[in-house]
Amino acid sequence: MQSLAPAIVELIIVVGAMALLMVGVFSGKKAFKTVSWLSVGVLVVAMISTVSLPVERTYAFNGMFVIDGFAIFNKILILIGAAMAIMMSFDFLAKENLKRFEFAVLILLATAGMTMMVSASNLISLYMGIELQSLALYVLTAINRDSSRSTEAGLKYFVLGALSSGMLLYGSSLIYGFAGSLDFGEISQAVAVESVPFGMIFGLVFLLSGLAFKISAVPFHMWTPDVYEGAPTPVTAFLAGAPKVAAMALLIRVLFDVVPAMQDQWQQIIIFLSFASMAVGAVLALVQTNIKRLMAFSSIGHVGFALVGLSAGTESGVASVLIYLTIYLVMNIGAFALIMSMRRKEGMTENINDLAGLARTRPGMAAALAIFMFSLAGIPPMAGFIGKFFVFMMALEAGLTTLAIFGVLMSVIGAFYYLRIVKIMYFDEPVGEFDVGPSRGMKIISGGAAALIVLGFVWPAPLIAAANLAATSLFM
Amino acid sequence: MITDLPLLSFVTFLPLFGVLMILLIRGDKAMVARNARAVALFVTIATFLLSLVLWVLFDPTTADFQFVEEAEWLMGGIEYRMGVDGISLLFVILTTFLMPFCILASWKSITDRVQDFMIAFLLLETLMIGVFCSLDLVLFYLFFEGGLIPMYLIIGVWGGARKVYASFKFFLYTLAGSVLMLLALIAMYLEAGTTSIPALMSYGFDADLQTWFWLAFFASFAVKMPMWPVHTWLPDAHVEAPTAGSVILAGVLLKMGGYGFLRFSLPMFPIASELFAPMVFTLSVVAIIYTSLVALRQEDMKKLIAYSSVAHMGFVTIGLFVFNQQGIEGSIFQMLSHGIVSGALFLCVGVIYDRMHTREIDRYGGLVNRMPSYALVFMIFTMASIGLPGTSGFVGELLILVGVFKVNTLVAALATTGLVLGAAYMLWLYRRVIFGELVKEDLMDILDLDKREVALFAPLILVVLWMGIYPEPILNVLHVSVENLVTHMETALNAHHNIGAIAMEGAR
Repeated sequence: MQSLAPAIVELIIVVGAMALLMVGVFSGKKAFKTVSWLSVGVLVVAMISTVSLPVERTYAFNGMFVIDGFAIFNKILILIGAAMAIMMSFDFLAKENLKRFEFAVLILLATAGMTMMVSASNLISLYMGIELQSLALYVLTAINRDSSRSTEAGLKYFVLGALSSGMLLYGSSLIYGFAGSLDFGEISQAVAVESVPFGMIFGLVFLLSGLAFKISAVPFHMWTPDVYEGAPTPVTAFLAGAPKVAAMALLIRVLFDVVPAMQDQWQQIIIFLSFASMAVGAVLALVQTNIKRLMAFSSIGHVGFALVGLSAGTESGVASVLIYLTIYLVMNIGAFALIMSMRRKEGMTENINDLAGLARTRPGMAAALAIFMFSLAGIPPMAGFIGKFFVFMMALEAGLTTLAIFGVLMSVIGAFYYLRIVKIMYFDEPVGEFDVGPSRGMKIISGGAAALIVLGFVWPAPLIAAANLAATSLFM
Repeated sequence: MITDLPLLSFVTFLPLFGVLMILLIRGDKAMVARNARAVALFVTIATFLLSLVLWVLFDPTTADFQFVEEAEWLMGGIEYRMGVDGISLLFVILTTFLMPFCILASWKSITDRVQDFMIAFLLLETLMIGVFCSLDLVLFYLFFEGGLIPMYLIIGVWGGARKVYASFKFFLYTLAGSVLMLLALIAMYLEAGTTSIPALMSYGFDADLQTWFWLAFFASFAVKMPMWPVHTWLPDAHVEAPTAGSVILAGVLLKMGGYGFLRFSLPMFPIASELFAPMVFTLSVVAIIYTSLVALRQEDMKKLIAYSSVAHMGFVTIGLFVFNQQGIEGSIFQMLSHGIVSGALFLCVGVIYDRMHTREIDRYGGLVNRMPSYALVFMIFTMASIGLPGTSGFVGELLILVGVFKVNTLVAALATTGLVLGAAYMLWLYRRVIFGELVKEDLMDILDLDKREVALFAPLILVVLWMGIYPEPILNVLHVSVENLVTHMETALNAHHNIGAIAMEGAR
């Protein structure tokens, strides 16, 4: 009997989710609140349980499941992202009449999928993790079933997601066919030969396409703006954070665990994805008027920047991606907490121009949002700069000078639209106040995130050290 | 011992402490505004006094960095390092000196969101001082780039009619230049394994690498300076910025470009500096002559002074790239002098702008009749800007021209025409605004300087005259550091030429 201990996080979340479904059914009117808070509790317990996990590489379930520092690092990020998403959703769901306790349970299930993904060590467990995550996310996107926008977004996400799963499976089956195994380790031995079979490369391309869809890297990004815009805002906040981390972690694991021998080949793919994502993210965001759509393009651009670090194909490159993702997650949580507070009497507003004069009407909210915008633009001394600094450093170290130059120029274009939001908040005259300010919870979340972003540069060493440790464990 | 205290960090972060205090102010609007002003003034003056302590304790007989502080920061040799030498100390003092004037200048003219304004200014002060004090590349970049945020807000929130355009142009121009510097900075780190500025100065990069690094740094500093043809953001930014913003922009932010050349381009990339010196000369000469001519045609006072700044900065870049003691000392002196004089000129414009709410030259005329003391003040600064002997402007220009004549007579001759043109546009501006009959209806009851304004200009006039008549205390701080820089460059260049010569021999 093998020990189940390495899968403790997943076990806690899945068992918790099932139990909470029961709790929800039997606790009547109070179900929403109880289940939501208990879900946060489950996530916190799961987070604490990561302490027991080994940092050295450990396999479980006959090699299907792997735990190492890299997996733990990403699991913690995912759990934080999920817990924040649930806490941010309370007010929003209450005000939009979406008080369904299933919301939190679905987030738990998606989280279980994501934690699976970062520990996958076999093509089957990889697919299982992705699907568990995706199915929950499809439902979450469409959870506001009376809104045509929400259901449309859910359907779009589902159809395109199914397509990407198809590609992923097709690639996996080709790889299986040519390698004769589903296990990451065995596949990596099969490709470590003089001449890699063509079908293998073909399979790899399909597999990477499927994963690129999940991180919404260009040219597989088409779903992102529509889904981000249509989904209820807490779902968007969730989508932009934890799933990105999980998919990126999975991509990294596949690249370095499965096909390290084909680095020359996959590096070109990643470099291309990075170029394209940075360009599309920066340029298309310029013309957006809806803040959620803008954040969608911004997230595409940020994936491009994170991929700059990955393009390097080195251990320190992976560490830089982890640093980037962590900071990105914090900025995202903070920014979305404020976006959810853009509320007038007649309901939510998502139009960027409604932020006009926010610095006069709600100075604190404006200051926090400005901090996130400057940070997203990568202006020092905000933490966003530190992320960019490291990914570009790793790219230069690997000799990818063109990519780095292109990247920084795109970040200048990107700065324009972030500045535009600051301009609207600070330079324009108010057009009308948001009647309800951010609730106390939102204030705490966004304020805390803003403090982390502003003060992050003072002592970023712990984050850097943790990311380095995580990256090292991937290469052992 | 007082020298054991982290004095530089105190000076740098004292304004941040002021920010905290201003944030804590509560109460009704008028009281918040009054207290915010008072706190800002108090903190900036305290910072200035503290920076004077630095000057007193500074040892001008050594070229080493002083008041050095080091602490762990990012991983891998990127540390928190602070320190000043003769070159940077004076820029620190220039910054702290000008700040109280900015606060005083906005005393009455800024009535909207005073608290935010003061916070932005104090934040800017910390970042500016940090630029001059940091001895670590990454730390330098952090301060250098961070300064964009408060300045962007100052122009955009409290600026004039086209403030949005001006603030975006300012931000994006500067950012586009700086990101290339960021890449070069990272590449230098990867090459040398450290970001310590003193270590990098003596590292000696390959000639090829130097060329690339130099160009990347040039992209940033040329925009900041600003050099022709990337100067176009400056007139816009100056015109739209509030008076205090213009003062600090002309007084300190432009000097960061020159300081960057002194701190990075010259000592770290001497070979590339020599290689590109002709290009710098060309651009500077074009800047001097072209922008002086442009200045002649301006109808907006601030725009005229902005163009004159570009021309003056042209002198500075020429002086820096002749690589001799007089040229470099002259450039530094010219930067300090220009910082005070152009700041004062913007304050002069601010005085009448606050009264008439226009900066159009044609709307004025004959002010001497109603405002005699204003006319006097304005004249002193006009003369200082032209470089009349006895004012601070003269010393810098003279030293630069002496330095340039040694190296290149043609450049010197062309640059000198700039002096003539400078006299032309400044005197003509003065004539149109101050002299003539007072015929315009709305000027009939304009008031002369009040006590606050006299108090504002008196120290500036004293400093300008002091720097013009007895510049030795300032030059004394510079001598050793500049001498060290020049010998360092000569050694590096000689070594490079010798290697080249030997290689040529070998090829034969």
